[in-house]
Parts: sequence; structure tokens; C-alpha cells
Amino acid sequence: MCGIAGIIYRDGSQHPIGDEMTRMLQSMKHRGPDSTGYALYGAENGDNGNSLVMRYKLADANTPRDFDFEERLRRHRTEVETRLAALGADVQEVEEETPYAFRVSFDYDGDLKLLADFVEDIPEAEVLSLGRSLEIIKDLGDAASVHDQYGLSSFNGTHAIGHVRMATESEVDIAGAHPYWAYPYSDVAVVHNGQLTNYFMWRRRLERAGRRFMSECDSEIIAVYLAEEMTNGATLEEAMDKSLDELDGVFTYIAVTKDELGVAKDELAAKPLVLYESEDLVALASEEIAIRAIVDHEIETYDPYEREVLVWQR
Amino acid sequence: MAAVGEQRITYDARGLAEPFADVPKISEIDGEQARFDAKELTTRQINLELRWLLYEEGVKEVEISNPGSKHSLGVGILTRCRIRFTGSLGYFGCGLIDGPEIHITGRVGWSACENMMSGVVVVERNAGSLTGAALRGGDVVVKGRVGARSGIDQKGGTILVLGSAGSMTGFMMQRGRIVIGGDVGPGLGDSMYDGTIYVAGTVKSLGIDCVPGEWSDADTEFIERKFGIYGLGKPPEFQKFVCGKVLYNYDKLEPSERKLVL
Repeated sequence: MCGIAGIIYRDGSQHPIGDEMTRMLQSMKHRGPDSTGYALYGAENGDNGNSLVMRYKLADANTPRDFDFEERLRRHRTEVETRLAALGADVQEVEEETPYAFRVSFDYDGDLKLLADFVEDIPEAEVLSLGRSLEIIKDLGDAASVHDQYGLSSFNGTHAIGHVRMATESEVDIAGAHPYWAYPYSDVAVVHNGQLTNYFMWRRRLERAGRRFMSECDSEIIAVYLAEEMTNGATLEEAMDKSLDELDGVFTYIAVTKDELGVAKDELAAKPLVLYESEDLVALASEEIAIRAIVDHEIETYDPYEREVLVWQR
Repeated sequence: MAAVGEQRITYDARGLAEPFADVPKISEIDGEQARFDAKELTTRQINLELRWLLYEEGVKEVEISNPGSKHSLGVGILTRCRIRFTGSLGYFGCGLIDGPEIHITGRVGWSACENMMSGVVVVERNAGSLTGAALRGGDVVVKGRVGARSGIDQKGGTILVLGSAGSMTGFMMQRGRIVIGGDVGPGLGDSMYDGTIYVAGTVKSLGIDCVPGEWSDADTEFIERKFGIYGLGKPPEFQKFVCGKVLYNYDKLEPSERKLVL
């Protein structure tokens, strides 16, 4: 089933989106108790235009803890920092969010694909997000536990998307959890509710074009598809419009860049989405109860129709 | 078997534990009228309170404030009564009801009034997809817009919408009437067996088997009567749509009517 949610503040100022997205996702826990994920957009990292934040993981919460697990983790973490330095990245700070998930901020003006590929060449390493303001946090369990584990109550920003997952298409692990970063396009992420029926066709096509996939989850196609289109010059809205013709199946998905948040519904409108728009806030979710979790008064909401693509700016 | 006094945990379809709830008994009761605030109550507590008032306390009119878009509220009410929700409901609101008159001042989510047998539900704002799915009887009036597949598998009754409707409205409809005051999306009346659909706005496309119907005085009388009953003003002009072919081995008899014939 899965549940998706998004919020974007139109005044461009910072709001407690870590807490707000948690309340939205926790109210939809019944739609997916397996894993929870966030794509949060905080203040841009640094002020020189080359400052980036990368979230990556070196294991899963449910990875077997064999005899050299901790040593392997330590070795791989050191290797990530060594490889960043080898590419000319000037690492500012490395934060250990959990024993296996890390946040690193650094200055870098080179090729992002090269950097991501070099890091992911380390065994068990996966870059969860890379960008100036995007940070993807995802792990097993409900929103409250992921929120506490990653200290999201201090996360302020302008917009966010989130996902609670009921696994149907692939494993219960972090790689199968949403949101998906649009590798290697910085600051773009996607959450999805539904099933894509031409997944393998698109996966083969995009892999031939040099894109990488970290999971067997059909939702990852959307992020990589949008990255491909945007790399070729399309705007987010144009890429989402085109996806309605090229992706088959039943789906509602939310995509975000550092300045925009958009939603797309397939032509059958088979997956739910409730939308609330006010002058200063747009909030959307699979169920209205999630919007009520952050807007505590009577509101006017509606369901977008089939084949609709809506995009808002922050 | 559970021991005496033991509270057994129940599970929903996804294996999630359901909270065990007692009737809160927090209502203000005044003769045959009662009201309570649902803000701090769970779905189960709200429904337990409502059923306690209607079935055990002899209350005929209940006002429930702050429903907070919770799911499955007001379901399975099988008695004549009046219920007013001041606020919005989530999914599956007012399903499986037989008899009540329900007024909702906000909106409702997906599958409102599913399998409703009789009674009236009036929604002041919008409704989600699948409104009136498998409706058997009664009137569902939505003053805003409705989502996709409203009236899917409808077997009787009337769905009256003042605003627009999404794709596949009246999909596999078998009996009853759907009245849409605004525009409708693609696939109107797709695979319908029978029944009538009235549309005042534009129709994006007709589904398989759905064709324009011939307007009669009975249609005018029906539309004017329904608009009059619910105080909706002067009705706009409607187009009529019906099923274009008679399906093999299909008749309009309800199972109960079929029994009488046999």
C-alpha cells in the first residue's frame, strides 16, 4: 500500500520540517510499517557554490553482525573519506548518525557521478543523497523511531517529502526504502505509491545509458528517469509530464528539487492523494489525516484528477 | 480460548494490533439528542460511542464535532436517525448504512457511503474517489467535487454531485442514477449494465457501452425533485447517458425480487 507525503513552504523561510514530516508519516503508519524515509531540504550548505552534503550508508540495521562487522565498517568509512580526498573534495565534517549511516559535508566542484560511483565502489556503500540542500534519511521502522534515531527534531528547512513503506516489490532494507535520490542529479528525490509495470524495460534502457540502480524496487525507476530527462534539459514539470506517457502502471509520485515540489498521478488515478493549498503552505499526502497532523483546523482539500502534474515553487 | 477477564488482542488485515477500546460514554445527552467531541477519541471509540447512543440510549439525533478526517466513521448504522459530523471524514465514511440521515460539514475521503442501503448523506465540501461505490439505495449528495470511479458498481440509489467528477464515473454501474453538475473525466459509464447518468458540464469521453440517452419528462421531474429536496436551487441543463446495449442474460431484478418471481 505505502503512504507518501509532501510539504513546501512558499515563503522560502526555514520551518521545522523534520518534526512536521514525522507527524505526517506517523499518522500514516498503518499504510506501511516496514520502513520510513525523508527527503529534507534545509539551508544550502556553505556559501561558495561548491558545498555539498552527502548521506551514505555502509550497512543496514538488519545486516548480520558477523565477527568482523565493526572492523569492516570502520575500514569502509575510512575508505570513503580517503576517496573523497583523492577526488579533491575538501571534507568539512563527518557525522555518524547511526553505526552504519553517515552525513558528510564537503566542498567539491568536480563530476558528481564520478564521486558517487567512486564511493559506491566500496563494498556495501550506498550514496543515499547528494546535493547542496537535499538530505535523504531512511531506515527500517516507523517515523517516530527513524526521527529519534537520526535526531530530526532539529532539522529546519523549506520543503520535504516522506514515505512509509509496505514492502511488495523488493526486500525490507534501506535500499528498498524511499525516497530515492535521482542519481547522479544533485538535489532531486522521489517518493512513490503504486506499481510500475514496464520497470524492466526502463531499467535496461537506463542502465544502458549509464545510470545505476541500488535496489530491485520499481520506484527507483522514477527518480532515475527524471534525472535522465533533466540531464537532457527538461524542467521538473516537463519531465514529470513526459513520465505519464512513458511509465506504465498505477502510480502517484512526488518529486522534489531544491526549489520545487511536484506531484503526478497516472491516467487511472488509482492511487490516492489529498491536496491542501494555502497562501503560505502546500501539503499533500495519501490520506487527509496526515495533513491534519500539521494543520489543526478545518481546511479545504481535494483529490487531484487523472493525468495531473502539479508543481509548486518554494 | 481466552480466559475469563482476559482482553484478547485483535489484528487488522496487515497484522497491526488494534487498540482495545471501551465505550467512552462522554456524550452530553438531552432526551433524544446527544453530542460529543471526537478530537481525542480513536476511530473505534467514536464508533462505539455512536452505537451506544443510538442502540442503547435511545438517542435519535447525534452531533459529532472534530472527527479529524479519521477513517471508517459512522459505518454500519442500521437504524433511522440523524447524525451530523462538524468537520471532515477520512476513508470509508458512512459505509454499509441502512436508514440514517447524515450531514457532514467538511469533506470525505475515498469510498464514502460504500454499500449504503438507504438513507441520506449530504457532504458540504468535496469527496474522494469511489464515492458511492456499490451503492444500493438512498441519496448521496456532494456539494463539491468527487474523485475518480464514483458510482462504481452502483446498484441503486442516487449520487448527486454539484461539482466535477473524475475518470470512469459510473464504471460498471448496474442500476440507479448519477447526477454530475460539473464536468466529468474520461471513460464515463464505462462497461455500465444499466442505470442513468446526467451530466451538466463537459464529458471528456464516454466509456465502452455508454451512449447519450433520450430525455423524457420523467428525467426533468426527477432532477427538479432532487434539487428541490436538498435546496440546491434551479438545476442546470443536463445531458443524459445510458447503457447502449442489453447484456446477455441480464435483468433488473434485485435478488429479493427474483425470489418473488420464482
